[in-house]
Amino acid sequence: MNGNENKVETEGFSLKALQAGDPEEFSRVVDAYSSNIYRLAIKMLNQQEDAEDVLQETFIKAYRGLKSFDGRSKLSTWLFRIATNEALMVIRRKHPEVVSIDEPVETEEGEQEPVEIIDWCCLPENELLSEETKERLDAAIQILPERLRVVFLLRDINDLSTHETAEVLGLSDTAVKTRLSRARLRLREELSTYFSERTKDLREAQLNKSIHASPKEPR
Amino acid sequence: MMKVTTKRHEHKNCRQLLGSLSEYVDGELDEELCSVLEHHMEDCDDCRIVVDTLRKTVYLYHATASTENIPSDIRQRLYKSLNIEDFLEK
Repeated sequence: MNGNENKVETEGFSLKALQAGDPEEFSRVVDAYSSNIYRLAIKMLNQQEDAEDVLQETFIKAYRGLKSFDGRSKLSTWLFRIATNEALMVIRRKHPEVVSIDEPVETEEGEQEPVEIIDWCCLPENELLSEETKERLDAAIQILPERLRVVFLLRDINDLSTHETAEVLGLSDTAVKTRLSRARLRLREELSTYFSERTKDLREAQLNKSIHASPKEPR
Repeated sequence: MMKVTTKRHEHKNCRQLLGSLSEYVDGELDEELCSVLEHHMEDCDDCRIVVDTLRKTVYLYHATASTENIPSDIRQRLYKSLNIEDFLEK
């Protein structure tokens, strides 16, 4: 057995079976990674139809490309690379003005300086994980420029390591860390603005409730 | 209870440390910078809040993403487009 094969084997798949076109083995790969690929596509594109196209195209290209897949990277890394390229192609087709993902990090806008400094960590979990909050989390991702968004999605949404993310995007580990830091700080800012508004609303609601619940004492 | 301190982050040290916070919440910051940052946070509420809310931001995305799976109609069409419907679990 050569060392290259190990990466695919450690993921629990037989590269030999996959390269022989075994549909059952391929369906196991699809089953294992389709949710991750879809999550990447939908959060990258924010549009269900486009995300579905990217999902299908990724696995069609993977199926065709398996014979020449050298196994030097994990299958998942390879699939994410195909999916990322597909998603970026959709973005470029729709917005030709968007610059390349390979743009050096120095030309990006700088670090997000914290403006909203409010400690919302201790808000109750049902508030932090409400449907409305989830919508705000998704909306905040869309504000990120593509170069930062794709790094954030691979690292924090799809749980890839810094090095795997670097491999997918053809960037250095340092560039991945810098972009992730910028993305996270911007998202923190967005969420802080949101939770600061939410807290005000909650406080007002509580105040109204206590006013209505306890009649004024006579002076 | 929420605590609001300042609206602006004006300290010079804070700005210099800003780029390290993301690695810090991942537990990947090198030892020396880590102790500089932790020492700084003892006296700087603003940075402590930024670190706490940054960590919580990452946690919230993790927590919500892991529950999001591919919609079943999209999954079915995917299997069909790949000619592997036979292996679609019911």
